[in-house]
Amino acid sequence: MAENVAIDIRGVSKVFGSGEHAFAAVNDAVLAIRQNEFFTLLGPSGCGKTTLLRLIAGFEFPTSGEILLNGQNIALMPPFERPINTVFQSYALFPHMSVAENIGFGLLMLGKPKAEIDARVNEMLKLVKMEALAKRKTSQISGGQQQRVALARALAPQPKVLLLDEPLSALDYKLRKEMQIELKRLQSETGITFIFVTHDQEEALTMSDRIAVMSAGKILQVGNPREIYDEPSDRFVADFIGETNFLKGKITATKGALSQVELTAGGNVLASRAENLDQTGEITVVIRPEHAHLNATNNKSSKHDLSGVLANIVYFGTDTHFHVTLADGMNFIVRQQNKPHQKGELSIGDKVAITVADNAARVLRS
Amino acid sequence: MPNAAAIIESERKRDVRTRWYLSAPALIIILLAAVGPMAIVLVYSFLTPGPYGDVAWKFSAEGWFNVFVERDIFDNTLSLADAHVSILWRSIKLSLLTTVLTLLIGFPTAYFIATRSEKSRELWLFLITIPFWTNLLIRTFAILEVIRNEGLINTILLEAGIISAPLQILFTDTAIVTGMVYVYLPLMVLPLYASLEKLDFRLIEAGYDLYATPSRVLRKIIIPLVKPGMVAGSILVFIPALGAYVSPSILGGGKNMMLGNLIELQFGQGRNWPLGSALSITLMLIVMTALIAYVRNAAKTGAGHG
Repeated sequence: MAENVAIDIRGVSKVFGSGEHAFAAVNDAVLAIRQNEFFTLLGPSGCGKTTLLRLIAGFEFPTSGEILLNGQNIALMPPFERPINTVFQSYALFPHMSVAENIGFGLLMLGKPKAEIDARVNEMLKLVKMEALAKRKTSQISGGQQQRVALARALAPQPKVLLLDEPLSALDYKLRKEMQIELKRLQSETGITFIFVTHDQEEALTMSDRIAVMSAGKILQVGNPREIYDEPSDRFVADFIGETNFLKGKITATKGALSQVELTAGGNVLASRAENLDQTGEITVVIRPEHAHLNATNNKSSKHDLSGVLANIVYFGTDTHFHVTLADGMNFIVRQQNKPHQKGELSIGDKVAITVADNAARVLRS
Repeated sequence: MPNAAAIIESERKRDVRTRWYLSAPALIIILLAAVGPMAIVLVYSFLTPGPYGDVAWKFSAEGWFNVFVERDIFDNTLSLADAHVSILWRSIKLSLLTTVLTLLIGFPTAYFIATRSEKSRELWLFLITIPFWTNLLIRTFAILEVIRNEGLINTILLEAGIISAPLQILFTDTAIVTGMVYVYLPLMVLPLYASLEKLDFRLIEAGYDLYATPSRVLRKIIIPLVKPGMVAGSILVFIPALGAYVSPSILGGGKNMMLGNLIELQFGQGRNWPLGSALSITLMLIVMTALIAYVRNAAKTGAGHG
């Protein structure tokens, strides 16, 4: 295994309950998280991402498999021996301690001398811009400030890995945006590996170096945000990340990584595909709404890939979504950016043609 | 025409009057049930004992005098009332011991209940309250059956060959404390449970995460947060233990008296109601001192425990 791997998860499973009630929250997870990486576990609630995080933190122990921290197996090590700290979803600040005492708690438990603790606490207070509130009780500060204290408390002992369990979910939209930038800054300033758990795909795409998409206890795809968005490995990933059109079809010809697909809704598209894909039978083609373009059918000059009837127009400010009903009755969404002083050229009920951008379509397992 | 200030003033007075009327029933009950009897006890403590009990209406400080000082019946020399002081000391000692033991037994019990599932918690709490259904005397005699020389413990130990002669547990301080711990344990468990139930167990995980070992999590996180419950339970146990009557008289065999028995003695065989009254007030003063110390302490450390 490469030198720069911080957390190496080797075939880890976690089963809760037993007998017929047994439930695998994490199912044979294999994952290598690199040093100094902002890594995100993304998935819907109940997909096992929080359980995986708790296994790394040591609050749960795996049913099988190994978790390596810098080459050492920590799977069965108690949490207070692991050089890993957690920012909890509820922050879990100690209500009987001041802000400064909360931040210094980990260092105090590690038996550091008082002078060192004080210096480090001050450094942390400065890092999260909370110097003025050091003496406050944690019940006397706002949610955003509690969030900062939770971060400072987890960073103070200089852990090898920082775990963040949906830490932004309780904040309002604006504060969340601010904290996203703040988290990225802290990660690059401290050089600590961050493992971030979220169900918010936008958050994952904007913040992460790499993302693992999870569903039903399984890791479906690991990659950087662009790979996850542009080259989803299967239907679930494509559906979970962003908005997507799914079309059914058959592969009629293949040249390299590209396949000619005959769509059930009529028309043909050239689509890229994963190398190991089974090419026989019915397949699914995904096309992102922003990768398609809409024209009125009376414009005979241009070639087009699909045609249908305009069913709905939804105005979003920055862009407009056109809902098109295709020949086979499926719905297809086209997203077009709005331009200044643009007049609505199309209206509901119009026959329209859809052009798909080059390299935009992708073939997936059905 | 009355000005605005006068109207507001008369309205305020009317409001105050209404409040007095509304609280009158409660005030009358408190007056009759609490203040009245206490005033009688206070007055009696300054009177002269009657020949066959009761009191003679003649002022005397002898009752109070006798709480701590003894007058020799032959030569009238004064000496410290050793018996009273040692009974007072035993009462405080055994009550504190009872409080500490109920805390040590009650804490794990309450923690166990608080960490069960919602449904089974109710069952456990129900089980805790079952002893309350039985009369205190019967429960105390049950304890006596268990610890007496021919009782359950001694029989088992003798049969097993662990001891060769029965252990004298009955009629010792150990017996009194055993009885009181058994009787007062629910009073410790219930407030402790109330505090532990409110405890956010994620804080315990946060403690482990920040390198605190289990014993440090207990000392630095759990105990400070459930302290209100520990203090409430301790008060609920200490106060009745200090005035306990049934446990020491049955399990202590009348030889190892506590304050409650001493007071009973003065009103009964002793025929010294003024001394009994003075002792009762002494007991109350000890309890009040303990309570005031608690309230002061709670005000100091409890601030901001939102």
